[in-house]
Amino acid sequence: MWKLLFSWVLLAATATAAGSPSVFETPGAPAPRNHIDELVFSHLKQLGIQPAGLSSDAVFLRRVYLDTTGTLPTAGEASEFLADASADKRAVLIDRLLERPEFADYQAMRWSDLLRVKAEFPINLWPNAAQAYYHWLRNAIRENLPYDEFARHLLTDSGSNFRQPPVNFHRAMQNRQPQAIAQAVALAFMGARADKWPKQRLADMAQFFSRVQYKATGEWKEEIVQLAPATTPLAATLPDGTAARIAPEADPREAFAAWLIEPKNPWFARAEANRVWAWLLGRGIVEEPDDIRDDNPPENPELLAYLSQELSGAKFDVRRLYRLILNSSTYQLSPVPRDSNPDAAAHFACYPLRRLDAEVLIDALNQITGTGENYSSAIPEPYTWMPDDQRAIALPDGSITSSFLELFGRPARDTGLEAERNNRISDDQRLHMLNSSHVLNKIGQGPAMQALIRANARNPRELVNQLYLTILSRYPSPEELRTVTEHSRTATAKGAAAAVDLAWALINSTEFLYRH
Amino acid sequence: MSENGKFDFRMLPLTRRDALRGAMFVSAGLMLGGKLPAVAAPAAGKAKSVIQIWMWGGPAHLDTFDPKPEAGSDYCGPLDKPIETNVSGIRICELLPLLAKQADKYSLIRSMTHGVYAHETASYTVQTGRNSGGRDVYPSAGAVVSLFKGYGAGYKGLIPPYIVLTEPQGRFSEAGFLESKYKPFATGGDPAQAKFAVEGVVAPGVTEQRQKERRAYLRQMDTLGRILAGDKSVKAFNDTEEQAYELILGDAGKVFDLSQEKDDVRDRYGRTTFGQSCLVARRLVERGVPYITINYRGDWDTHKQNFQTMRRRLPEMDKGMSSLIQDLSDRGLLSSTIVWWNGEFGRSPKVMWEAPWNGGRNHWGAVFSALVAGGGFKGGHVVGASDERGEEVKDRPVYPADLLASMYELLGIDTEARLPHPTGLDTRVIPLAGEGVKMAGRLKEIL
Repeated sequence: MWKLLFSWVLLAATATAAGSPSVFETPGAPAPRNHIDELVFSHLKQLGIQPAGLSSDAVFLRRVYLDTTGTLPTAGEASEFLADASADKRAVLIDRLLERPEFADYQAMRWSDLLRVKAEFPINLWPNAAQAYYHWLRNAIRENLPYDEFARHLLTDSGSNFRQPPVNFHRAMQNRQPQAIAQAVALAFMGARADKWPKQRLADMAQFFSRVQYKATGEWKEEIVQLAPATTPLAATLPDGTAARIAPEADPREAFAAWLIEPKNPWFARAEANRVWAWLLGRGIVEEPDDIRDDNPPENPELLAYLSQELSGAKFDVRRLYRLILNSSTYQLSPVPRDSNPDAAAHFACYPLRRLDAEVLIDALNQITGTGENYSSAIPEPYTWMPDDQRAIALPDGSITSSFLELFGRPARDTGLEAERNNRISDDQRLHMLNSSHVLNKIGQGPAMQALIRANARNPRELVNQLYLTILSRYPSPEELRTVTEHSRTATAKGAAAAVDLAWALINSTEFLYRH
Repeated sequence: MSENGKFDFRMLPLTRRDALRGAMFVSAGLMLGGKLPAVAAPAAGKAKSVIQIWMWGGPAHLDTFDPKPEAGSDYCGPLDKPIETNVSGIRICELLPLLAKQADKYSLIRSMTHGVYAHETASYTVQTGRNSGGRDVYPSAGAVVSLFKGYGAGYKGLIPPYIVLTEPQGRFSEAGFLESKYKPFATGGDPAQAKFAVEGVVAPGVTEQRQKERRAYLRQMDTLGRILAGDKSVKAFNDTEEQAYELILGDAGKVFDLSQEKDDVRDRYGRTTFGQSCLVARRLVERGVPYITINYRGDWDTHKQNFQTMRRRLPEMDKGMSSLIQDLSDRGLLSSTIVWWNGEFGRSPKVMWEAPWNGGRNHWGAVFSALVAGGGFKGGHVVGASDERGEEVKDRPVYPADLLASMYELLGIDTEARLPHPTGLDTRVIPLAGEGVKMAGRLKEIL
């Protein structure tokens, strides 16, 4: 065991008493930056709710990294951004993040939840098909495939589950009856729970999927998704009541898809705009985001209409929608409300706290400490093992997992409901973070953490700075420096152990464990 | 529950705290399709707790509780001198002399059967009562008991209601389609070590003093948490911290501190991982924990050199298990605690003497043995029988669902109660007749 060379006393000299200006927000009222803000702020004005201030650079940086890439900024990325004096640095960062491969990883993870990408029960895609499906989804997001095309492939492709990955849409459900397929389509692309519809509407929609067939081949676990031949035309009714007549040689799914992805369709763009908004702001304009129906009205109808138009009017460019939302002051508000109205967050008057996703949390811990994790799937034999440096946000198959991911509420991918992901904090999770050998070993012995402490052993001020930048993506406030100094003086843990205590405390803080 | 009767995940936000605060949580959210409330009104059963001794790997029935010396050495190998127990007519393996003195306290089922020969699927079938391969993953017995006897049903302990000592079995013993809070809490660590380092509860190398300092530090360093002290999420976050430290620094976690037991007690159980796990299990039962699995990883999968393993392992099992049963009985706990012993299957009765097996036994799902004691199960009985070579059921087949149903009945769990299913499927604790699961009825002989 090496000894820390520095004296923590040096730190005391640099930590001066000062008032603590909030590290989380910028002073003054937030100015509207685009039409989103005009719609949100005028709505707030009507409600008599004062919006929070604009977030500080540090808060914005961390938030936008986590929300788009599911990844923490490194200490270097954080200090560089904080030092940047250019006026448009937030917009520049947004553009850069949307091009990062981790953006595709993270959004593909969310979509894989909704589309139930999972090799084993109860979905039973089988590993090869799950992998093929996942890589197709990730690639579509990486290439920014227009959303209407994305949906069309998933709804209408035919062929082998191994060679034509989008056909797995029709396989990734617990029940393959036409009605169940229609329900899955409604949930994924109309944001609607069709079991709440009038029975006739669902039965009518199921007609479009009544000819889907599954056929085994000579190859182990290969399955062809195809259309049963027909001799008579199909009379069917679309969910908006329009009648359709489909010739026997035509694919009824294509008729449905053509109707669905029409820019004027009242469900399609709306559901996606609402979903992206919910992913970024923590709450849908219609909440829950996958429960759109007449008796569950949007919180701000004009806002939802505007976002839908922006999506459908720009050739369904989803990344453009992200850019629009991310650049708004509304998205960039501080997490500290300025209004005591308990519904302030529900009206988007501040950014809500949200516990990190299981995958994001373990990736962040591994990044900070330079450690890895074992992910495996115990069935089918032979077991699937992933390399140590596998990132959890990029796991290709819901069956490949770890006890940490299970403990922190990774969705089982059984139903495709957003609510399957469980980000509620629990006692077991706290125990694990505070005191498990799994986490304590990472913090106390992880190579990256050891290197950070060793590299700054002679300069305690820089050590504290680097720990803050690495873990919280910001510099410590003078008040925090004083607390650190005090702890280093009085606590049992001295030298390097005091640095480990600090890292441990920061990792177990609200600020680390919650998006904010 | 949403208005259409579909199961809504977020309708089950029950935390331990809700239970602690005495807010009995019998929510309509647990009622499915307006039918039976899954968790309401915990019925009074004789049994309050289950200790499942899980013989992962599948030990040979012929070398434990169903000896067949008359079948000849190709079947019984060198273990050909079974011993009489304290119940006349019941013989068990010669390597289990301590358990032989207690046969009046337990009953043997010698006609367990499911016909499954692979570890995972057999484990699943034995612990869920269901056939594997369907589209739904059913919860294991531990999760079912956790659902009906845990926080939603009056259990108020700080220790989670479903504990596994020490390593988790993995998904075949888990919550299946039930919410993740019904999963087991696996302790990790090793109770045979000087300090039983229960994952999250005991951190080796961190002194109590440092734990206290760290906790104070944590509060001081939580700048955002202080600013947002009124926020709902922050309140929940702070509550979980309180609970976590009750286990880390408070009395609740002391249940795992075996230094509180006398040396001769610890010696009696055997200073092995299994022996000390039995002791921890007894301590957990004393605190009302409803379900404890001892995941006994004792190399029971004896494809090779079966008899060497038996000579090495059975004395350890004999010591731990007999001390557990005796101790429960002495403390008046046996009448309310079910002890359930079996593996996922038995082993092939005919010994493979040839290389590379050198006296090995393969998987055997046609017939195998189980032991049950306490909680209302009568002692001193044998249920069913295998044939003269232990190859097939001769008499009175007992399927996994039969054993589970008997156990649930003793626990006061309605076997026809619905399990909350994520898509609202009508699923019951024990399969209904139409589900294609083989059953031959409850163990009436010993109830």
